[in-house]
Amino acid sequence: MSLRGGIADPEGQTIGSALRSLGYASVSDVRSGKLIRFAFEADDHAAAEASVDEMCRRLLANPVMEVASWELRAAEQAGDSPVLPS
Amino acid sequence: MTVTAARPRIAVVVFPGTWSERDFAHVAAEVLGWEHRLVWHLEDDLGPCDAVVLPGGFAHGDHLRTGAVARFSPVMRAVEAFAAEGGAVIGSCNGFQVLTEAGLLPGALMRNDHLEFRCDWQWLRVEHPAAAPAWLGDLADGELISLPISHGEGRYVADPATLDALEAGGRVVLRYADAAGAVTPDANPNGSERGIAGIVNERGNVLGLMPHPERASEAEVGGTDGLRLFASLERWLQQRPAAAERRL
Repeated sequence: MSLRGGIADPEGQTIGSALRSLGYASVSDVRSGKLIRFAFEADDHAAAEASVDEMCRRLLANPVMEVASWELRAAEQAGDSPVLPS
Repeated sequence: MTVTAARPRIAVVVFPGTWSERDFAHVAAEVLGWEHRLVWHLEDDLGPCDAVVLPGGFAHGDHLRTGAVARFSPVMRAVEAFAAEGGAVIGSCNGFQVLTEAGLLPGALMRNDHLEFRCDWQWLRVEHPAAAPAWLGDLADGELISLPISHGEGRYVADPATLDALEAGGRVVLRYADAAGAVTPDANPNGSERGIAGIVNERGNVLGLMPHPERASEAEVGGTDGLRLFASLERWLQQRPAAAERRL
């Protein structure tokens, strides 16, 4: 989840200031966001995409201030979690 | 049923992590002599009540976003139905955040622009009180009141079209101001768009505000301007006894 373009991001600005104070003088346009990873089951890729899209709209992102983007990874075999570290 | 309650009855909603419900209950019972009931978030019935309070706190830990999980608690279906009937609903602080997440009010509340929690007394300019008669009916347009604020995420945001629609409809009813009543960046404690501290829905029965009226209802704690909101509610209820009776 990342903040929409027009929404002020004081956390991003603070992180940018910290990076510049460490000597990374050219850092600019820092935007903060939120990463959520989870495992779930779906019949196929299209069904998985539809589910995630719905989850984002219903709960994970607030459309007033955020936009969501996602990436799907298939488990190697049924029962494996692509989320938890092995 | 022909019996009309003599005293206002408020339902105070309690989510896991809510922390201002006892302050509202105290003001209702000890200061105003009203009836009140604390309603746990898993209940789907508010019981007989004349108004609903969504108090401050950190509902469901404010995880994901403030108010984001609370909107799915069963009690919110009852709150939505109560609001749809025209019942008086107030959301203070976290309650305001829940109302926006639930879609009962537009916009969202985000992290304060200075990234700090702010706990202080705050001057507020009342605007268009007639747009929120249940909660601000006793106040005058342009009047200044002082209420405590206590939040880390009170920066009101909405897209420009929504903000313009709120302004055009007279639905921005409270703005952060200085002691002279001027709405300035310095008087704005969290970076809210246009100094917005409180808004009301189109119908005028659902008010969301970041300040805490329940914490300004006894002189001993520093101020009594919060009582003006409760007095407005009592007068508003008296003026619509038929509606109050229907809900018995």
